[in-house]
Amino acid sequence: MTRRIRIAMFVPALAVLGGLLAWSLVAIPKFGDYRGPYGYVLNRVVVPERHMSNVVTSVVFDYRGFDTMGEEFILFIAVTGIVLLLRKQERDDAGELGDEIGSPGVRIAGTLAVGVSVLVALWLIAFGFVTPGGGFQGGAALASSVLLVFLVASWRSWSGLANDKVLDPLEGIGAGGYVVVGLVALVDGLPFLTNLLGPGKTGTLVSGGSATFVNWCAGIEVAAALLVLFSEFLEEYIVPLARGGGTT
Amino acid sequence: MIVATLHPLQWTILLLVVAGATAVVLTRDVQRQIVVNGLYGILLVILFTVFAAPDVALSMLVVGTVGYPLVVLIAIARTRK
Repeated sequence: MTRRIRIAMFVPALAVLGGLLAWSLVAIPKFGDYRGPYGYVLNRVVVPERHMSNVVTSVVFDYRGFDTMGEEFILFIAVTGIVLLLRKQERDDAGELGDEIGSPGVRIAGTLAVGVSVLVALWLIAFGFVTPGGGFQGGAALASSVLLVFLVASWRSWSGLANDKVLDPLEGIGAGGYVVVGLVALVDGLPFLTNLLGPGKTGTLVSGGSATFVNWCAGIEVAAALLVLFSEFLEEYIVPLARGGGTT
Repeated sequence: MIVATLHPLQWTILLLVVAGATAVVLTRDVQRQIVVNGLYGILLVILFTVFAAPDVALSMLVVGTVGYPLVVLIAIARTRK
């Protein structure tokens, strides 16, 4: 494709898209112009009604907990697809890799960092109904803190922690647990995901009632799903290196 | 409460995000581009924080600086051979 044809295709497209964009920008509401009633309603009713001080998490895991279950399964299915696509690679003993981090400073500081960030991640999940955070954010943070093990130690240490035997049950518990908490309410003749424990005490770890379990299930599911993703991708990277006789 | 006007801090971070996105596009080397993209991710984290969306900022912090770069880096490493 010559430069001339490229420009001939680009300029009309730019004119149309730019025109439409400018047209819509002129008509958008003013900054901060919020019309929907739901934000105002929720801001007023969440603490008296559900005893949760983080309105965002109360919406995600309580008011529209059913939708969130769908989102959780999107992640579950996406990761399942990745596992199917990136098949298991035959690998010789990766201990030959010689990728251990040599510097003791990096290893010690890194190991401490793993501990600290795992704690922060668990805190994010646990206090999801109190402060910003929740199962999704905390789960992602948890998976990333475990990934630090690969960065500061070695592939062998990482694969000892994040392997199928550990992750598959965790992913099952995370995805299935969410559904089970919802179904328990159905057994009682109540709507799906009804809060059976009643609202907890505002500002505490149990301020979610039975949504607390839903939150933890989501945290476990997100962490496990991301770790499966990381380990599948890292395997794609490591196995050819191990075959080639170690890192350079 | 409705925020009727943009706070100077909000203007600043919006402009920084525009600059960051442009920098990502203008970086030609893919490995450098991932680093620049990580910095752009941090700018988005600050943007979400400044616009009072800490829950979104927390997600972006982890996904934009750890998960996404890892997946893209490995994809590049595999396809270059």
